[in-house]
Amino acid sequence: MFSFCTDPDTLGTFRWFSCYLTTGVHMSFYIAFFKVLLLLAITAPVALGFGFVGAMAARSRVAPFRWLGKTYIALVRGVPDIAFFLFFVIALDQAFEYLRHKALCPDWDQPIRQGSDFVVCTAAKLPLSTAPQWMHETYGFFLAVITFAIVFGAFAANVLFGGMRAVPHAQLETAEAYGMSHRQTFWRILVPQMWVYALPGLSNLWMVLIKATPLLFLLGIEDIVYWARELGGTKTSRFTDYPHGDWRMWYFLFLLVFYLAFTRVSEIVLERLMLRLTLGQATSGGEAQRKAAA
Amino acid sequence: MKTLILGAAALALSAGLAIAQDKTIRMGTEGAYPPYNFINDAGEVDGFERELGDELCKRAELTCEWVKNDWDSIIPNLVSGNYDTIMAGMSITAERDEVIDFTQNYYPPTDSAYVAAADGVDVSSAIVAAQTATIQAGYIAESGATLVEFATPEETVAAVRNGEADAVFADRDYLVPLVEESNGELMFVGDPVPLGGGVGMGLRESDGELRDKFDAVISDMKADGTLNTMLKKWFGEDTTTY
Repeated sequence: MFSFCTDPDTLGTFRWFSCYLTTGVHMSFYIAFFKVLLLLAITAPVALGFGFVGAMAARSRVAPFRWLGKTYIALVRGVPDIAFFLFFVIALDQAFEYLRHKALCPDWDQPIRQGSDFVVCTAAKLPLSTAPQWMHETYGFFLAVITFAIVFGAFAANVLFGGMRAVPHAQLETAEAYGMSHRQTFWRILVPQMWVYALPGLSNLWMVLIKATPLLFLLGIEDIVYWARELGGTKTSRFTDYPHGDWRMWYFLFLLVFYLAFTRVSEIVLERLMLRLTLGQATSGGEAQRKAAA
Repeated sequence: MKTLILGAAALALSAGLAIAQDKTIRMGTEGAYPPYNFINDAGEVDGFERELGDELCKRAELTCEWVKNDWDSIIPNLVSGNYDTIMAGMSITAERDEVIDFTQNYYPPTDSAYVAAADGVDVSSAIVAAQTATIQAGYIAESGATLVEFATPEETVAAVRNGEADAVFADRDYLVPLVEESNGELMFVGDPVPLGGGVGMGLRESDGELRDKFDAVISDMKADGTLNTMLKKWFGEDTTTY
């Protein structure tokens, strides 16, 4: 990175570290932080969407929808995350490739399962094997987002389902008395009011989601935990210009600080959001705000 | 008109075939096992297997790309088609050969060795660290010593340094640089144990054609001595050669 980095053995401590911390591998480490943040930024709204649809289905008046919603919630919440992450991603990837295989290579005469091998035609590969590495990584990332969204969507669905039931029933009856249709009652009365009941549960989920990002490593994505382990490991002078002992403790300490700072900032933001949502609501929090203002 | 459409279709088809022909071979490796494979300062896969793999691809006229994968899931991801080969210091064993195929070995059967933090450790009854799903872990499990397994090679050595295990059992070539640079903290104990059928390239069982291609160029490199030069470069002058 810097011009004086050509011969690190001769450098003083400060310059040595300024070279060490700007090597190509360290850049990958820093990029991994953005990967984690990007994953959270995409997964959180998608999971909330899954949750909302799941909760709507679970309280639907149409029985099959209700069964579907409840099964989704019960099934995903009951399966251990790690089992889900290990099994589901490979299954999802193979399902995509299987469908593409059926559509793109109708003339293929060999079986897809050959012993333990999963063989589809070259054109059905996802991404194509000729695609550059970043496309493979983006695809893996996309699978990760879907998996995270399905898992956390189930929890969010349960929270939102509870939030919807917590809205005072008298409100809904009043809406009906005013002649609102079922749909109008749902969107105009129920949904705006349920957030205040759902938020404590949702903020919990957000915290858990932040802490679950190291599971990315299980999905083959080189996240911050992977790089911390790789970079912190003992390096001998034969294979690097920057030999050092086992520094994993320092790297993991840095991750600890990162996660703590991140969750703290989230807490502050969520607290403000809660104040905002409570405003004018028929809850004890809303009542307290009204009295304080008066 | 009809012939025009047919002609266009035939053209599109042959173009499709031409694309299918020039396929990129994705080479899976662990990237945590120097000198076989590791991540260099620039963040790229480097090591003996990188240099060898690139040369093999050049001779076989294939386009290759390196992919990193965790050791634990390196075989499942090969059979499910996420990459096409494994070059990760993987010894050829009968158990693995049931699930995947191997080329002939490109590294002769290796010695595995014990390293401990103190002299006089009795390796037949000590607590010994080894990496999960390796031939070394299998050997320790049957040797009567207590086996503790770790996911990465790094952790097995760390376990000896912090006293969790009495000794670590791994490929000798992996341990040599670590012992040399430990300022006497680590030392070889016990006798080296020859294990496995050498290191080979792993491929899917259904990929016979690709296997034959790589097999042929490995023979090539053994015959003209370039493989021996490479072995000496990465493993030292005293290493076993072909």
